Amino acid sequence: MGVPQFTSKRFLVSRSIMLIILVLLGTVTAYSPGYTVVLLSSILMYIVLTVGWVIFSGPTGYISLAPAAFFGVGIYTSAILGKALLLPIVVAIGGLASFCLALLVGALTLRLRGIYFAIFTFGLVELIKHFLLFWELHVTGTRGRFVMVVDYNTIYYFMLIIFLLLLLTAHLIKHSRYGLALESIGQNEDAAAHTGINVTMVKVVSFAISAFFMGTAGAIMATKWTYIDPYIAFNPLFSFMPVLMAIFGGMGQLYGPIIGAAIFTYLEEFLITRLPELYMLIFGIILVVAILYLPDGLVGLIQKIWRGISGRKHANP
Amino acid sequence: MIVTILDVVIAGLLLGGIYALIAVGLSLQYGVARVLNISHGEFIMLGSFATWMLYTVLGINPLVSVAMCGPLVFLIGFFLHKTLYRSLLNSSNSLDVFEGRSLLASFGLLFIIQNLAILTWGGDIKGYSYLAFGVNLGGAIFSANRLVTLLFAVAIGAAFYLFLARTRLGKAIRAASQDPAAAGLMGVNINHVLALCFGLGTLMACFAGGLLSMCYPIKATMGLEYTIIAIIVVVLGGLGSIPGSFIGGFILGLIGSIVTYKEPSLALVSYYVIFILLLLAKPTGILGK
Repeated sequence: MGVPQFTSKRFLVSRSIMLIILVLLGTVTAYSPGYTVVLLSSILMYIVLTVGWVIFSGPTGYISLAPAAFFGVGIYTSAILGKALLLPIVVAIGGLASFCLALLVGALTLRLRGIYFAIFTFGLVELIKHFLLFWELHVTGTRGRFVMVVDYNTIYYFMLIIFLLLLLTAHLIKHSRYGLALESIGQNEDAAAHTGINVTMVKVVSFAISAFFMGTAGAIMATKWTYIDPYIAFNPLFSFMPVLMAIFGGMGQLYGPIIGAAIFTYLEEFLITRLPELYMLIFGIILVVAILYLPDGLVGLIQKIWRGISGRKHANP
Repeated sequence: MIVTILDVVIAGLLLGGIYALIAVGLSLQYGVARVLNISHGEFIMLGSFATWMLYTVLGINPLVSVAMCGPLVFLIGFFLHKTLYRSLLNSSNSLDVFEGRSLLASFGLLFIIQNLAILTWGGDIKGYSYLAFGVNLGGAIFSANRLVTLLFAVAIGAAFYLFLARTRLGKAIRAASQDPAAAGLMGVNINHVLALCFGLGTLMACFAGGLLSMCYPIKATMGLEYTIIAIIVVVLGGLGSIPGSFIGGFILGLIGSIVTYKEPSLALVSYYVIFILLLLAKPTGILGK
């Protein structure tokens, strides 16, 4: 049978495609216009949020609506510390702050399952936002903050490094005992606990790891906006978008969320400039259609079509 | 001092009546149909705008137009469940999966309805004045429309409770909420009952929206705020419990009124703090199963 040869050929092809993409992404600032670099930064930002979301919510099935909270914590870290410290340190602290918040939230919400977890995480974003609004109004007497400006090439390279680190982490988690443990929690949490998995630890740690990457993305992207306030930083859209992109792309494979995020970010840029008043309407329609007709996302659909084509080939030689 | 306390308590009850009414529909939708309908607030918004349009364009009494729009919104909700949520339910292999997917689908509905409303009516604040004269209650002055709203909220809630407790259809709904499979075996048409509950939920939202529009300014993006309050009230009273929604609504109204009296900007923060503490301490709520 030629199966091993086939896999190794496929392996080589996929690795060389990945290498070419990597080289292209690494050198893009040298030859493309500024707009492309800015667009790629936004795409990478949404990919980081989406893949970060999928690390925890994909296998376990817990719908977290907290990405906006972790992203916002990163943004505020950058706004507060940005002028005092070096950029890499600020980004790392942004990630660590989100990591700690996720550890705390994760430890508190262990008892909540299913729909309660989704409600709680949504409430968390609103709580932080309104608390910050109150704090700024009554304690510091300010409204919002200015963030130091960084040129777009630097933002892009930071996002690229975060993206690569996240991919590596996601890959390692998926192909390790942790990944299997997460899968089994998603299938049956009680059974997973009975087989000796430390359910609590696995859930909290993977939740915190996903939050770390969202926090770093927030810390670097904050510099793009120059001015932020609680409404911008803790916009619930940053919670909904990753969920939508992951569902649209399909969560079975790691590249599903990446494709979903890339398509959606491009669509967002396109619609916001051409049809701003229809943008959210189309967003809602795609969300409903994707949930109804694409249970395995775009990648699942393509695989299904592909199987249909190759299956027909076998049927009629 | 006594007058101030009375003032705060009555204001809290008035607020609580509205909160209870917006929560009842959501509680029914989740308790029986298992849909945590994030677009609930959008139906409140639709009720408000329909009432506002009928009053400002045709001069129809808001209380009459609330009753006129109700059946229409009920049908929207009914067919929404028959089409969207029914096919989600059929294609989900467990109730947990259905709950997650229906939650996300209702997020989609939220964006669709909200943006259609913005396209139709624009994004600015609207309002009208109806029954806006003051009534003296033991030294404190309240506007008449708030009192009418409270009366109607209590009357609608009581009528609804009687419907569930006394009628045959109400019995079918309660049976479906306890065990859909067993209720189906006992001859309850489950598909019909679930769609009916969803429709009744949107009907309640429409009533609440119409009454709200008499007291507060309205805008096309107001929905989510009320949805969040409804979720907090429903979790406070116990998901799926109708009396729980009323108790939760009045408790939250009183807390809101007290906090607003001390420090208005903390009212929303206090709601979230209560909500999060409650989820941590007793997620099933006061009257939860």
